[in-house]
Amino acid sequence: MIHRFANPTRFVRLADVIQPWAAGMTFLFFVTGLYFGLFASPADYQQGETVRIMYIHVPAAWMALFCYTAMAAACGTALIWKHPLADLAARATAPIGACFTLLALVTGSLWGQPMWGTWWVWDARLTSVLILFFLYLGYMALNNAFDDAERGFKASAILALVGFVNVPIIKFSVDWWNTLHQPASVLKAGGPAIHASMLTPLILMALAFKAYYLWVLLIRMRGEINAMKVRALRMRQVQQADMADKVAAGKVG
Amino acid sequence: MAAFFDMGGYGGFVWPAYAIVAFVMVGLWTMSRRFQRTSSDELAALNPRTRRRQQEPNDET
Repeated sequence: MIHRFANPTRFVRLADVIQPWAAGMTFLFFVTGLYFGLFASPADYQQGETVRIMYIHVPAAWMALFCYTAMAAACGTALIWKHPLADLAARATAPIGACFTLLALVTGSLWGQPMWGTWWVWDARLTSVLILFFLYLGYMALNNAFDDAERGFKASAILALVGFVNVPIIKFSVDWWNTLHQPASVLKAGGPAIHASMLTPLILMALAFKAYYLWVLLIRMRGEINAMKVRALRMRQVQQADMADKVAAGKVG
Repeated sequence: MAAFFDMGGYGGFVWPAYAIVAFVMVGLWTMSRRFQRTSSDELAALNPRTRRRQQEPNDET
């Protein structure tokens, strides 16, 4: 089953079908999400208008964790089953996840200054998300650090899997430690503790971020497939040139 | 209108947050598209099936 989609040609054909839908969903959810988030929702009684930062901060933070989980799953698939597209999926996800993590940190900071009175605190949630950002950067650096692409894939996949331990730490950091960051209010036992007028823009923006991820992931994976083919063709050219050299040398000598 | 941009006095925090999200997401999309295009051009130039047949001596090393 898993190898049915292992064929890059089949994947590109599937991506051709999905990509316009992902693009359409991204625009649709962004337009409706921004409408509800900026116009059709009330200010919070405590946070005032800064609550609108939540409609981008929370989806970015969710996607930061989602992308890392997807990346680690792809790395595991690549290491165990040697699925040829899994390495490329992980490689394509890393920069998207890094961007979401950066956005979660920056928008959180822009909310923290007026609401907490500080841009940054070294508490468990904020620090573990900063570590997540460095894990993404480390993965990308290690991935590109080898002349032999395969070795880079393997080394960085191990790093991604070891770093996955950080994901549950981030999720539960607000429960395990005394932090300034508020605990979960949507994904919690007993249902969301947010009024529908605020939950609507949050969910719409979360869907917009997810559709955007899918869209950019497909674009980047096609790029990675091209790059993989370029590497293979270059390798063959070098081998052919080598062979030709040997034949010529044999004839002369 | 002015009240909308003022955001109850928090406009200086709300709008930069939205601006950086827009900037990073549009930027990443643009870079990804460029990566897809350049890699596809590179592949077309290398692929013997799509490369225009040129009868030049193979002097690459």
